[in-house]
Amino acid sequence: MVEDSDFEPYIVCFACNWCTYTGSDQAGVSRMQRPADVRIIRLMCSGRMEPRYAIEVLKNGADGVIIGACHLGDCHYLEGNEKAVRRFSVINSFIKQYGMNPKRFQFWHISASEGAEFTEHIKEYVTELKKIGPNPRKHIAAKEFKKLEEVVI
Amino acid sequence: MSLERPKPRVAVYICHCGKNIADVIDMDEITEYAKHIPNVALAKNYKFMCSNAGQDLIAEDLKSGKVDRVVVAACSPLMHEETYRRVLRENNFNEFFFEQANIREHASWVNLRDHKGAMEIAKDHVKMAVAKVSNDRPLIRQKVEVTQEALIVGAGITGMFATLDLANKYKVHLVERTPTIGGHMAQLDKTFPTMDCSACITTPKMVEVGRHPNINLLTYSEIENVDLNVGNFEVQVRKKSRRINHLICTGCGACGEVCPITVPNEFDYNMGYRRAAYVPFPQAIPAQYTIDIKNCIECKLCVDACEVNAIDFNQEDEIIDLKVGSIIIATGNDIFDPSKLYRYGYQKYKNVLIAIEMERLLSSTGPTLGKVIKPSDHKTPKRIGFLQCVGSRDFHEGTHKYCSRVCCMYAIKQARQFKEKYPDSEVFIFYIDMRTFGKGYEEFYEIAAREYGINFIRGRIGEVFENNDGSLIIRGSDTLLAEKYEIEVDMLILSTAIEARKDADEVSRFFGVQFSEDGFFMEAHPKLKPVDSLSPGIFIAGTCQAPRDIPDAVAQAKAAASSADNFMFSGEVEIEPYYSMVQPEICSGCRSCIPLCPYDAISFDETTNTADINAIKCKGCGVCVASCPSNAIIQNHFTRNQILSEVRALKPWENYIKEN
Repeated sequence: MVEDSDFEPYIVCFACNWCTYTGSDQAGVSRMQRPADVRIIRLMCSGRMEPRYAIEVLKNGADGVIIGACHLGDCHYLEGNEKAVRRFSVINSFIKQYGMNPKRFQFWHISASEGAEFTEHIKEYVTELKKIGPNPRKHIAAKEFKKLEEVVI
Repeated sequence: MSLERPKPRVAVYICHCGKNIADVIDMDEITEYAKHIPNVALAKNYKFMCSNAGQDLIAEDLKSGKVDRVVVAACSPLMHEETYRRVLRENNFNEFFFEQANIREHASWVNLRDHKGAMEIAKDHVKMAVAKVSNDRPLIRQKVEVTQEALIVGAGITGMFATLDLANKYKVHLVERTPTIGGHMAQLDKTFPTMDCSACITTPKMVEVGRHPNINLLTYSEIENVDLNVGNFEVQVRKKSRRINHLICTGCGACGEVCPITVPNEFDYNMGYRRAAYVPFPQAIPAQYTIDIKNCIECKLCVDACEVNAIDFNQEDEIIDLKVGSIIIATGNDIFDPSKLYRYGYQKYKNVLIAIEMERLLSSTGPTLGKVIKPSDHKTPKRIGFLQCVGSRDFHEGTHKYCSRVCCMYAIKQARQFKEKYPDSEVFIFYIDMRTFGKGYEEFYEIAAREYGINFIRGRIGEVFENNDGSLIIRGSDTLLAEKYEIEVDMLILSTAIEARKDADEVSRFFGVQFSEDGFFMEAHPKLKPVDSLSPGIFIAGTCQAPRDIPDAVAQAKAAASSADNFMFSGEVEIEPYYSMVQPEICSGCRSCIPLCPYDAISFDETTNTADINAIKCKGCGVCVASCPSNAIIQNHFTRNQILSEVRALKPWENYIKEN
């Protein structure tokens, strides 16, 4: 693994529309500054998250993947986040099988009012990812780029 | 291939949002970048895309035929998605050929100093939006009929006004937890700044609510369960047993007279007493009695005393099923408990009271009939102090950072009332800032200082000590004179904060409303949708949303009522078509999706051996989509292709390879 604490981690967050996405909006409105490393993909519910997305993102060389869900019991769709929690452990075992560091895959409960918590979590996670180092798949992903490009759209 | 769709032609518009985005992200660079994303036909930037001129820009390009899909990179889609969709609709395009890239809340605002990083994120977000919009399909919103009835939760001043406004047009169910309507306002003696008698303006409204033929008043009742079908909410209400038949009870009070049990009266903030068979206060609506099951010893003296035989000890809780088209939540607030701020000595020293207790002492219907007395020796105090911002504008744990808005005014009001009753007394108000913001409030404050001779001292109290005779010594520092003070008073009143209800999370779970950081319910938009929740058809009003005074609460009640009216009036509501669909040709009939659906929307068709999703029941969470082993289920607008195309649009290796 490359020893490199200067690099900026590349994080993709799959956010539930009702809590984490709104919470991140709230962080924005309150101008809470965080490292510019997180791209947010909106899902209607964390239960929509498929293992494939997380693996695809990590395969492409991202350093971290986050699922942002409501707190247990607060799900807009009654129990979607509970299913997401169960699915998370499955995805986590996949990720280990693929030989990736399971810390690259996170499951956070962030409610719509917790912009500050979201920001703090991200700061901590970025520090942790810097310690872990860049995703070793980055170079391979770059080589596969041409092939991927054809599949994109 | 015959299935090949025409290549999408995407128009990308980048919004400056005044300077909100343009200050951080270089508009020309990102526009140039957007032009080179696959499928993009044109890219432009404009100062305010949400303005009329900005919308016209989109309309012109759509009309020219050069583009058929739109991406706007601007604020959060939760804010303006609807605005831009309307533009597409008005120009005869399907409104779902639109995506919004959030480059304000998620890029520029969170990276005000890191312009390069914000640019990278903005580029990625635009790229993802283009990829997603290229895979968008035309969708049609379904229409659902709306029940022409409304439910109001909480019968304080906010709930009552919302109810009265709606009741002229619709049948309204008003649910209240306590035995009477009226809320906190009924507990107050006078209201600032006009010094109206609170009861004189509340009770006529309470009577109106009680008598209105269109209002179904459910007091002593709680929400048991809510089924959140937009436009047709199914609500179960538990009407708690009062052990008195309200159809027969005349409210004569004979049962209360014979009842041997005395308990502290919650209405007087536990300073007065009531019986176990009681009405909270004489003007209560409904005026019929309630037997408090918790304290009743079942001596049944009241059964003999009741001349109309209204008392029924076998009465059970009743479950009432309601079907309503819209819901207004007006559950109100709690009062901050200052006993955890031990330095102020509440509940440690007898003569430290909180403002609501003082209010009851000042009230002519209160436990002392309007005579202010010291709890230690029941004598009238000569010198009293008010301490402001107890629990609000405080950064300690267990307190609140926000300003409760009403405390400055009610402290001045109580000080003036006290001075009017006892002109020889001395009154001190210890404050951080006097915030007298409303109409006529500043004048009210000025008169208090000039004509009533109330002493305003700027500086929070440091500590309170008790003398042997029960009087209190207050120490603190005057921040205007920059010197310490030590003042002796007979009584100290803590102006306590307004805080969110302790059981607000239960309400939030029932109705799916979100919380703000301060624990109050969150509105859909702080300025433009102040009474809407994020769920259509559910509105929030009054102090459950934020601390506010009576005029503001009433204004919100009326706003919520008119929004609810607006929602129900057309008789039908459009639902986001994000529901999921089974592709029967792929479905293997494994049935694994069926138990996962929380709404029972998936059924199994035995004849074709496939699952089938009821589009009306489906709320569009997508849990079944993610669980389908044969990928047979698709969720509209969030299809697997769309999310994967977003994922694949990202190139996480790019910058790293460049730098190393």
